[in-house]
Amino acid sequence: MTPLTSCLLLSALLFSIGLAGALVRRNAILVLIGIELMLNAANLNFIAFWRYGSHAEALTGVMFVIFSIGVAAAEAAVGLALIISLYRHTRTTDVDKLNSMRG
Amino acid sequence: MSWVVRNLWLIPVLPALAAGLSAVAKQRQRNFAASLAIGSMGGAFVLSVCALWHAISLSGHAGVVREVVNFQWLQYGSEPLKLGWMLDPLTAVMLGMISFVGLLIFIYSAGYMADDENFTRFFCFLSLFAAAMLGVVIANSLLLLFMCWELVGLTSYLLIGFWYQRPAAAAAAKKAFITTRIGDLAFLIGIVWLYSQAGTLLFYDHGAGCMEQTALMHLVAQSAWLGVSASTGIALLIFAGAVGKSGQVPLHVWLPDAMEGPTPVSALIHAATMVAAGVFLVARVYPLMSAHAGGESALSATTALQVVTWIGAITAVFAALIAVAQDDIKRILAYSTVSQLGYMMMGLGVGGVAVGMFHLITHAFFKALLFLGAGSVIHGCHGEQDIRRMGGLKRFMPITFATYAIGMLALCGFPLFSGFWSKDAILHAAQEWSISRVPFYFGAFGALLTAFYMTRQVCYVFFGEDARDARLQQHAPHESPTIMTMPLVILATCAILLGVIGTPAWPWFDSFLNALPTTVNGSRFFEGGVLLVMLTSSLVVFAGLGLGWWLYGRERIVMGSADVLEDMQPQLFKILRNKFYVDELYQATFLRWNAWLSRVSDWFDRWIWSGAVRAVSYVVLGLSWVARSADTYVVNPGFDEGCEAVRDGGRAFSRLQDGLTQNYLRLVGVAFAVLVIFLLWDGGR
Amino acid sequence: MSALLSPISCLTAVPLIGAVAVLALATKNGKLARGLAFASTFVSLIVVMVLWHGFNPASGGLQFEEVHEWIPALGVQYHVGIDGLGLLMLLLSAIVTPMAIAASGQIRENVPLYVSLMLMLQAGLFGTFTALNFFHWFLFWELSLIPAFFLIRLWGGPQRAAASTQFFLYTMVGSVALLLAFLAIFLCTGTFDLMSLGEMARNGQLLPSFATELGWQRFTTEKAALLLCLGVFLGLAIKVPLFPFHTWLPAAYAEAPTGTTMLLTGTMSKMGVYGFLRILLPIFYVQLRVMRTSLLWLAVATIVLSAYAAFAQKDLKRILAYSSINHLGYCMLGIFSILKFTGDDPVLANEKAAALNGVLLQIFNHGLTAATLFWFVALLEKRSGGLRGLNDFGGLRKVIPVFSGLMGIALFSSLGLPGLNGFVGEFLIFKGTFPLAAWPASVSVLGLLMTAVFILTILQRVFSGPLNERWLGMPDLSKGEMLALSPAIALMFVLGVYPQLVLGVLNNTAVQMVRQLRF
Repeated sequence: MTPLTSCLLLSALLFSIGLAGALVRRNAILVLIGIELMLNAANLNFIAFWRYGSHAEALTGVMFVIFSIGVAAAEAAVGLALIISLYRHTRTTDVDKLNSMRG
Repeated sequence: MSWVVRNLWLIPVLPALAAGLSAVAKQRQRNFAASLAIGSMGGAFVLSVCALWHAISLSGHAGVVREVVNFQWLQYGSEPLKLGWMLDPLTAVMLGMISFVGLLIFIYSAGYMADDENFTRFFCFLSLFAAAMLGVVIANSLLLLFMCWELVGLTSYLLIGFWYQRPAAAAAAKKAFITTRIGDLAFLIGIVWLYSQAGTLLFYDHGAGCMEQTALMHLVAQSAWLGVSASTGIALLIFAGAVGKSGQVPLHVWLPDAMEGPTPVSALIHAATMVAAGVFLVARVYPLMSAHAGGESALSATTALQVVTWIGAITAVFAALIAVAQDDIKRILAYSTVSQLGYMMMGLGVGGVAVGMFHLITHAFFKALLFLGAGSVIHGCHGEQDIRRMGGLKRFMPITFATYAIGMLALCGFPLFSGFWSKDAILHAAQEWSISRVPFYFGAFGALLTAFYMTRQVCYVFFGEDARDARLQQHAPHESPTIMTMPLVILATCAILLGVIGTPAWPWFDSFLNALPTTVNGSRFFEGGVLLVMLTSSLVVFAGLGLGWWLYGRERIVMGSADVLEDMQPQLFKILRNKFYVDELYQATFLRWNAWLSRVSDWFDRWIWSGAVRAVSYVVLGLSWVARSADTYVVNPGFDEGCEAVRDGGRAFSRLQDGLTQNYLRLVGVAFAVLVIFLLWDGGR
Repeated sequence: MSALLSPISCLTAVPLIGAVAVLALATKNGKLARGLAFASTFVSLIVVMVLWHGFNPASGGLQFEEVHEWIPALGVQYHVGIDGLGLLMLLLSAIVTPMAIAASGQIRENVPLYVSLMLMLQAGLFGTFTALNFFHWFLFWELSLIPAFFLIRLWGGPQRAAASTQFFLYTMVGSVALLLAFLAIFLCTGTFDLMSLGEMARNGQLLPSFATELGWQRFTTEKAALLLCLGVFLGLAIKVPLFPFHTWLPAAYAEAPTGTTMLLTGTMSKMGVYGFLRILLPIFYVQLRVMRTSLLWLAVATIVLSAYAAFAQKDLKRILAYSSINHLGYCMLGIFSILKFTGDDPVLANEKAAALNGVLLQIFNHGLTAATLFWFVALLEKRSGGLRGLNDFGGLRKVIPVFSGLMGIALFSSLGLPGLNGFVGEFLIFKGTFPLAAWPASVSVLGLLMTAVFILTILQRVFSGPLNERWLGMPDLSKGEMLALSPAIALMFVLGVYPQLVLGVLNNTAVQMVRQLRF
C-alpha cells in the first residue's frame, strides 16, 4: 500500500464519518460538525495528492487547503450564527422539527 | 286640315275632365256632378256631330278620306313612339253613335240613380267610361287604342261593381275585368308582335302606318310558326282581345254577370260602348284581317276572317239558346247582346266592315232602348228583376211598353224596323260566303230564337196578370219620370228609322264607310237573291214571334207555374237555364287549375325552395353541433387531463421539498453514491 | 374643387351626417329625431335635384365623375360618377326614404335609433349607386345591409328573429360569393375599377388575364370565367331576387316594420337590378350570353310563379312582397333578353334600347308604386291595430272612401293600367323583349293576368262586399296623410301620361349600354 492510498483511505473514512454524522444526528450543531469533518477529509485529499503528485514543488495543494480552511471557518461562523438565531426563534436545534422550508 | 280634326282630341278629353273634376267633388255636390257629366257629354256630342258632318262632306270622292294627327309620345333608342288620332268614316259614325246614345243614357241615369248615395261617384265613373270609349274610337295608334281599351276595362269594372256592398256585384266586376283581360293579354302580344314586324303602331301614317299597303305586304310575307303567316297570327291575337271585350264564345261568361251593375251601366256597356269596342277593333284592323298574299284570289276569305265568322256564328246561336231559358229580365237582354255581337262578328267576317258596323249602330240604339226600358220596368217594380214575378205591366207603364215593344221588334228583325235591314245585310252576306253555308243557317236559326225569346220575355213582363210578390202588391207599378222616358222615346224613334240609311235601295252607310258614291236604286232589291233572303228572314221572324205567342201569350200565364218549355223538355231546359254549364266547366277546369297552381307555387316556396335553404341551414347546424361536441367531449377533456397531469406531477415532486435539511442531504448523498457507482462502473471512459 | 364640395360626395355624406346628428342631438326626443331625419332627406332630395338639373341628358356616359387615390396598393380608388341609370336610382332613393320615414309613424320605441338607421341605409344606397370601384361599391352595398338587418331585428313583427337572420344570412352568402369572385378578378387583372373591367371585357382582354392566373389543368379559362360570373350572379340574384333565390323576401318584407319594407322594396331590391346593369352585364356579358336561354326562363319563372304564389297568400304584405318579385321579374326578363347577339342590326338595337328603357322605367315605377302600396298597408295597420289579413276587412269603401280610392289608384298602377306609371315600363319591356325572345315574353304575360287576379282580389275582399261591422268607426285619411301621399299619387299620373320626363334622361344611357353589348 502506497502512502497515497493510505492517505486516501483515511480521508474516505473521515468523510464517511462526517457524512454519517451530518445525516444521522438531529442536533444542528453536530450536523455542522459532520460537515466540517467532510471538509477536512477533502483537505486531506488535497494535501495527499499534492505531496505525492508530480509537481510537489509548486505548493498548490497547500494553497487550496489554506483557502479551504478559511472558507470552512467562515462557513462555520455563519452556520453557527444561523443555528443560534434559529434556536432563538424555535427554542430547539433539532433539525427534524425545522421544516419551515417545506415546498 | 279642318279644325274639327285638329281638335278631335277634345271629344274624349271633355268627359275625362268632367270625371276628374267630379272625382274631387264632394259627395253632396250631386247636381254639379250630373250637370258636369251631361254637359261634357253634350259638348262631346256636338263635336262628334261636327266631325260626322265633316266626314260626310268629304266622302263620295275616290278613296276613303282619312285625316290623321300624330304626335310623339316618347322616344326609345333612336325611334320615336308616336300616338295619334284620326277621323275617317268609321270613327265618325262611332263617335256620333257613342256620344248620342251616351248622352241619352247620362240623362236617363240622372233620373234612375237619383236616390243613390254615391251619385257623384257614379257620374265620375260614367264620364270616365265615355272618355275611354271615345278614346278607343278616335285612336290612330293601336297602342293608344289599347290604352283606352284598358281604361274601358277599368271603368267597366268600377261601374259593374258600383254597388260594391253586394258581394255578387264585386265578384261580377272582378270576373268581367279578368275575363276581358285574358283576351287583352293576347291582344297585347299581338300588339308587340305587330310592332316588331311593322315598326310602328300607327294605323295610318301617310303610307308608313301598320294598316297600309307596305306594312301589310311585309306581314303577309312573314311566316311565323307552323306555316301561319305573321299577319294571320297577329290578327288572331288581336281578335282574341275583341273576343274578350265583345263577349264572344268562349269568353262570354262575364257579360251576363255584368248585369249586377246599375241598369244605365248595362245599357252603356252592353249596347253602345264597351262590347261594341271589340267589333270596332276588328273593323279597325280589318285591312290586317283581310290581308292576302298576292297570289291568292282576293275573293276567298283569309284564315283570320274565317275564324271571326265561325266564332261569331257559334256565339250568335249559343247565346240565343241560353237566352231562351233565362228568367232575369236583364240577363235575357245580356244573352241577346252576346248573340247580336256574334252576328256583328259574323257580319264582319262574311261581309266586311260596313255590314258588321251597320248592325253595331242599329243594335246600339235598340239595345240601349231595351236596357233603358228594362231599367224603367225595374224602377217601376221597385227593383224586381225576375220576369216570372212581373206581368200585366202594359197597363201601368204605357210609354215603357210601347218603346220596349219597338225595341223588341227591332231586335227580332221585324220587317222595316232598323234591325231588319242590318240583320238582313249580314244574312245576305253569309248566304254568299264562299267557304260554307253553315254560318247562314246559324244566323237564320239565331233569328228564329231571338224572335222567340223576346216574345217570351214581353209576354211574361207586359201581358198576363200581375204576378209580383205579395209584399210589393200594395205599391202599384208606376211609369217612370219624364227624364227617364224621354230618352226611351228618342231611342225608339231611332230604332224604327235608322234602318233607312242602310237599305239595299239606298245603301248610304255602306257607301259612306267604303267611300263609294251613293245612289237610290230600287232595283237592287231584285238582284243577287236579296229579296229571297229578306223573305226567308221575315218568315223566320214571324215563325219565332208566332211560336212565342203560341206558347206564352195564348193563355194567361198562371203564377208560379213551371215554364211551358220546361214542361215539354225538362232536361234540355235545365241545360239551357244553366247556360250549358260553361261557368261550371270553367270552375272545374281553369279556375281549379289556377287555384291549384297558385297553391303549388306557394307550397314550393314554403317547402321546396325554403326547404332547401332550411336543409342547408340544418346541415350547417348539424356540422356546428358536431364541432361543439368534439370540443366538449374530446378537445376540452384532453386539455384538462393534460393540465391535471402536470399539476399532479408538480404536486408529487413538491413532496420532495419537505423542508428537512437532512433529507436534502440524504438525497445528495444517495446521488453522490450513485454517481460514484456510475463512474466506477463505466470506468471513467 | 375639394372632394367634399362635389355634389356626389356631398350626397353620400348628407344622410351620414344626418344619422350622426340624430344620434347626437336627439337621444330621447323622437319628434326632434324625425324632424332632423326629414330635414336630412330633404337636403338629399335637393342635392339630387341639383344633380338632375346639372345632368346632361344628351350624353349617355358618366357625369360628375371624380377620382382620387384611396388604397393604391389594392387598386382601390375613390371613383364616383353617375349616368342616367345612377341618377334615376339616386332620385328613387331620395324619394322613397322620406316616404318610408313618414310611414313609420307607428314606431314608438327608440325612434332616434330607428330613423338614424334609416338614414344610414340611405347613405348605403347613395354610395352604392354612385361608386364605380368595386371595393368602394361593395363597402356601401354591405353598409346598407347592416341597418336593414337591425331595422327588421329590432322593430319587426313576431317572427322577426327568424326573418332577419334569414335575410342577413341569405344576402351575406350572396355577398361572399360576390366578394370572392371579385377578389379572383382583382388577382387576375390588378384592378377593381368597374369601368376599366368593362373596357377590358369589351376589348377581349379579360379572358386571357384569367388564363394566366386561374388556368388549372382540368379547368379551362372559359369555365373559370363562367364560375366567376356565377359568383357575381348569385350575389346579385339573391338581392333582386330571382327565382329560386327569393324565399327570404316574403318573410323579410312581411316581418319588417312597414316603413322599412318600403325601403327594402323601393330601393334595396333595386340594388340588385342596378348591379346587373352596372357590373354583371358590362363585365360578363359573354358568359351570360351562354346561359341566356336558361336565364330568360328563370325570369319567366320568377314572373309567373311569384304571381301565382301571391294569389295564394292571405297577408296583404306577403301578397305585395310576391308582387314585388313579380315586377322585378319583368326587369330581369328585359335585361336577359338584350343579351341576344344581334351584331350591328339597327332595328334590333332599337328593340334592345326599348327593353332597357322599359327596365329602367320599371325600376323607378315599381319603386314608387310598391313603396306607396306598403305605405297604404301601414296606414291600414295603424287603423286596424296591426291587422292586415286579406279576410280581416271587407266593405271598407263605405267607411274610408278616400283611402280606398287612393289605394285603388296605387293598386291599379301596380296592375299596369294605362294612364298610370306601371304600364309604360311594362309595355316597353314587352315591346323590346318580344322580338328578342318571343316565347318567354309571351309566357310571362301569364304573370300580368295573375297580377290582375290578385290585385282585384285585394280590392274585392278588403274594400268591397258588406262592411265588416268591426271597422264601423275607422277614420278616413287625415289631411296630413293625404298631403303626404299626394306627391306619390300625382307622380303616378304624371309618369303614366308623360313618361318622357324620365325617359329623356335614360334613353341615351340605355343606347350606350346597348352599343357596348353589341359584341
